[in-house]
Amino acid sequence: MQLIRCPWCGPREEVEFHYGGQAHVAYPDDPAALTDEQWARYVFFRDNPKGAFAERWSHSAGCRRWFNAVRDTRTYRFLAVYKPGEARPEVAS
Amino acid sequence: MADTLHRSPVLRHREDAFARLPEGLEIVAEPDVALADLRVPEGAVASATGVVGVALPLEPNTWVARPGGQVVWLGPDEWLVSDADERPEALEAALRAAVAPHDGAAVDVSAQRTAVRLRGRHARALLATGCALDLHPSVFGAGRSAQTTLGLVGVVLLALDDRGEDYRILVRPSFAGYLADWLLDAAVEFEPPGPAAAL
Repeated sequence: MQLIRCPWCGPREEVEFHYGGQAHVAYPDDPAALTDEQWARYVFFRDNPKGAFAERWSHSAGCRRWFNAVRDTRTYRFLAVYKPGEARPEVAS
Repeated sequence: MADTLHRSPVLRHREDAFARLPEGLEIVAEPDVALADLRVPEGAVASATGVVGVALPLEPNTWVARPGGQVVWLGPDEWLVSDADERPEALEAALRAAVAPHDGAAVDVSAQRTAVRLRGRHARALLATGCALDLHPSVFGAGRSAQTTLGLVGVVLLALDDRGEDYRILVRPSFAGYLADWLLDAAVEFEPPGPAAAL
């Protein structure tokens, strides 16, 4: 089984983690000002790259903390993990 | 005082089976104690030291002993404080009074987990049949803890010695029966060879 490195707990089995979708999707500054289409784009539309993708993950069976990871969507390999609030690291996929 | 918690011991129907475990394995359902979930923001960690009695462990996946119990690291700003001598509401109130001015929180979670003690020279091998972590004492010795899965159950695992022969498993009471049955089943392979013992 693939191991995912929790920024706090270290390498743990993949089944301990929960996927949380694309990372770095900023909440709109003024949600009430958005049109329905703009709101729908914020809520439902996500990138779907082939290659490195920044995602949110939660160590749900361990420390239950959220963190971000850059994963290669072609190979499922984790290229980097980093804590929330930190900038996305530059990684070569 | 453990007897301040009036709860039926969830594992009392397994005690006969625990008594028949093979040599080198011992399972004891520990008395329930007061447990409090403590949240303290980074930077205010020292505010809890007075009530807890020891400095909160800051290294992930560790625990330290405190007067009457232990403090387990659960997250970068979260700890589990146990106390066998205090009433749960008193423990909660004392912790809350200490950390609330620093935006911390303390919540009584005494009913959330029950403790199972696993001892014996086969203890580590038994755990290894259902836990993916490296439990060798060189990396999981006394003072280490882990929140992980054992069998199919989420547990908090505490290493109590440096020989891999003494562990405390904190498990949700509703899963405790399953975990006990799982441990008893896993223990079968440590039976001495010979005619199969009646389970």
